[in-house]
Amino acid sequence: MKQNNKLSIFLRGLIAENPVLVLVLGTCPTLAQTGSVIAALSMGIAATIVLACSNVVISALRKVIPDTVRIPCYIVVIAGFVTAVQLLMHAYLPDLYAMMGVYLALIVVNCIILGRAEMFARKNNMLDSLLDGLGMGVGFLLALLAMATIREVLGAGTFAGIAIPFLVGEGYSYTIPILTQAPGGFLVFGILIAIVNKIGPKKGEKKRKEFSCEGCPSAHLCGKVSCAENTELVITSEPEVQGTPEGKEGEA
Amino acid sequence: MDFKMLLYILLMGVFVNNYVLNKFLGICPFLGVSKKFNQASGMGIAVIFVMLVATAVTWPIQIYVLDPAGLGFLQTIVFILVIAALVQFVEIVLKKFIPALHKSLGVYLPLITTNCAVLGVAINNITDGYNFIESMFSSLGVGLGFLLAMVLFAGVRSRIENCPSPKAVQGLPITLIAASIVSLAFFGFSGVLENLLGIA
Repeated sequence: MKQNNKLSIFLRGLIAENPVLVLVLGTCPTLAQTGSVIAALSMGIAATIVLACSNVVISALRKVIPDTVRIPCYIVVIAGFVTAVQLLMHAYLPDLYAMMGVYLALIVVNCIILGRAEMFARKNNMLDSLLDGLGMGVGFLLALLAMATIREVLGAGTFAGIAIPFLVGEGYSYTIPILTQAPGGFLVFGILIAIVNKIGPKKGEKKRKEFSCEGCPSAHLCGKVSCAENTELVITSEPEVQGTPEGKEGEA
Repeated sequence: MDFKMLLYILLMGVFVNNYVLNKFLGICPFLGVSKKFNQASGMGIAVIFVMLVATAVTWPIQIYVLDPAGLGFLQTIVFILVIAALVQFVEIVLKKFIPALHKSLGVYLPLITTNCAVLGVAINNITDGYNFIESMFSSLGVGLGFLLAMVLFAGVRSRIENCPSPKAVQGLPITLIAASIVSLAFFGFSGVLENLLGIA
């Protein structure tokens, strides 16, 4: 039974609470790093390492870190691990380091990592936190790979740089190049989320509402306005003075 | 001072290298706060403001403190902490001395503390080897590009609200697909500026 629990902590991140497709966290790297399978793989692995390590450290320090300044503390821990990964990649994988560019440093502000620290690591022991970090990281990696596969195979006719015989060859090329570019990222991501909404876990919508904001470092400041959702921004400091949205009037 | 180069950097940030639509930085506020025109423009202006202040502080820190001390690798940690502290500080100062401005920008400031576009532009300015003036123009351009994308997209979204769409794509998916089309429009700008300003 106990083993079962541990396993479920790990597996949860893969499908039922997939950070990208169900919770819709970490959209920036998801869109930016999925133009090719190699980029997606390196982004996923780098983020998984940072996520697992920071989860363990934050869990170990959970009784030491004062509650009021916990977010800055988490950011320092996460930024430390990101720097370590940056230095390692720069030393041993210079090509990948150059390819990922600024997005490697931006793992710091990836809301999945801060989200897991806030939602899981500060309430659970180190082993559970490690499993949770690994599960979420692998879920992130799988979602990135799925998107990158779609974009690279249909957009460039290759998989991880290897040409696929039926799509590209001498004198012919059945590809949709725009998919590897920026607009393709938005399009494929939109369609994937639509598919998940249709067939995926039914509680996805509810979970997203509950969790997205927990992960946001500004949640307590913005009054839990769900960023990825269509909720209204609650402006507390001033009353709404604007008129009715012009679109609705026009239609009426 | 090469005015043409500054103009090029500025316009590159607004149109060609649009951070939201081309580089995918700052997607969260782009999707979250773009529902109404007023909020979208308020958020955009707050982002321009924070980007300029952040660049004005992080650029000297990198060039005069980290680089001479051989601590360039601490860039990520130092920048994120400086930006976070700075935003809080700016908010306190605005609240105390310019309440009117705080009233209009205040609610958006905490939301952009960890906006990846702000950290991204600070890091990119260093990576691209810009000098201080160029960095400021680059940040201004990126910020204006963000504002433009937000405002344009707010218009698109108010139309989407009134359109019937299949249940599965309602909400986030249709928003992303619309963003894809807006991004496609911006895609057309690539290469235009080089020809316009005669820069190779």
